[in-house]
Amino acid sequence: MSASLSPPDPGDALISMTGVDKWYGSFHALKSVDLQVRRGEKIVLCGPSGSGKSTLIRCINRLETVQQGRIVVDGIALDDSAQAVDAVRREVGMVFQSFNLFPHKTVLENCILAPMRVRKASRAEAEATARTYLDRVRIGEQAGKYPAQLSGGQQQRVAIARALCMEPKVMLFDEPTSALDPEMVKEVLDTMIGLARDGMTMVCVTHEMGFARQVADRVIFMAEGEILEEATPDAFFRTPRHPRARAFLGEILAHH
Amino acid sequence: MSYSLDFGPVLAGFPDLLRGCAGTLFLAAAGMVIALAIGIGGVALRSSPVPALRWLVIAFVEVIRNTPFLVQIYFVFFALPLAGLRLPPTPTAIIALGLNGGAYAIEIIRGGVGAVPKGQVEAGLALGLHKRDVFRFVVLRPALRAVFPSLTGQFVMLTLTTSIASAIAAYELTSVAKLIENESFRSFEVYGTITLLYLLISWLVMRLFALMAWRYFSYPVK
Repeated sequence: MSASLSPPDPGDALISMTGVDKWYGSFHALKSVDLQVRRGEKIVLCGPSGSGKSTLIRCINRLETVQQGRIVVDGIALDDSAQAVDAVRREVGMVFQSFNLFPHKTVLENCILAPMRVRKASRAEAEATARTYLDRVRIGEQAGKYPAQLSGGQQQRVAIARALCMEPKVMLFDEPTSALDPEMVKEVLDTMIGLARDGMTMVCVTHEMGFARQVADRVIFMAEGEILEEATPDAFFRTPRHPRARAFLGEILAHH
Repeated sequence: MSYSLDFGPVLAGFPDLLRGCAGTLFLAAAGMVIALAIGIGGVALRSSPVPALRWLVIAFVEVIRNTPFLVQIYFVFFALPLAGLRLPPTPTAIIALGLNGGAYAIEIIRGGVGAVPKGQVEAGLALGLHKRDVFRFVVLRPALRAVFPSLTGQFVMLTLTTSIASAIAAYELTSVAKLIENESFRSFEVYGTITLLYLLISWLVMRLFALMAWRYFSYPVK
């Protein structure tokens, strides 16, 4: 852990992972991972592909199960109980690389499904919330369209709005701009930056180092299932300590 | 050998044949509703956390798909009374058609569910939806859309299979034709005519399904 960071106060941790291990068969995907995310904190997770970044954030909302370790989200210990999983998923929003909007539902219908089914909101309430967030990601006028009628960047902004409609306490982003054409990356990043400014707790798997520099409180570097480095963006980009991190930064910054 | 055509008995019995068509359509429609319900319910049960339920669905599908429909319809016709349920031929036929079509529908719809990208399910779960709601609101419609042509084919098949219900004298087109034939011995004319009527019925069912596809599955995809 970097000396420049104050050690996270576990009492204030919104997400706390301790000693988390995960295997896919004999493949050791996560190796005794410890991670604390404080309320309002913005974390950027980076590392080479196959390093376990996506697996790590997918453990936070139990899209992946772990074999060992303890994960606590907003005071709820994730175990095998369906209630705990339900409770955590209600508070954790997620945005995927491939958007995963429901193709048979309009933008508005995508946004109101979970609030109505999970939060038991009335249709009117859910629609009002949806319109607020769709306006916030500047896509309100597309509410009646189907996902296939939107560009990739627009779809991803809808996906962000859809997650926000559940009013989550933390948002997970799993390479949200990797599937986008280059000219659409900015509109999605701008949306995420706006969200960060509003104080949302965020854990982002991304290779967008400009975004990391601008909003991250901490950058976490992973390789081969391990957290190798944890630092402020400034320290990470200026003086990466781990040789793997130096190699990785050399690789990706060469293209920028 | 010369054979002189005589459509007199067919013409005289035409109103009966039309009523037979209505009977066929009724059997088919009722059978399809049951088959679709079994198909969707079966697929849902097939991924149930309870192993016994999963096995029940698998066993049901295997039994139905590997035995002749004629035997199935006799089985329902003669087995239900032993269980204390005595039903007239038409309801019996509807039950048999529904069970038979249901088994095939399970396999078809299962294929459609498999075609829905995993990310769709994950997105639903990540939003906090229960597995049941994910199936109902996220997976089902795209899955049905993906296999709708196969499902249409299966239901046209079900429509034609109603003719086997004549074996237990349910009221439908083939039974009516048999009666006319028995009285007139005009086999060629009678069966030639109902061949055309069945063709018309199949076409009608296909049009109806095309209309349904247009109504429910016409959302744009990339």
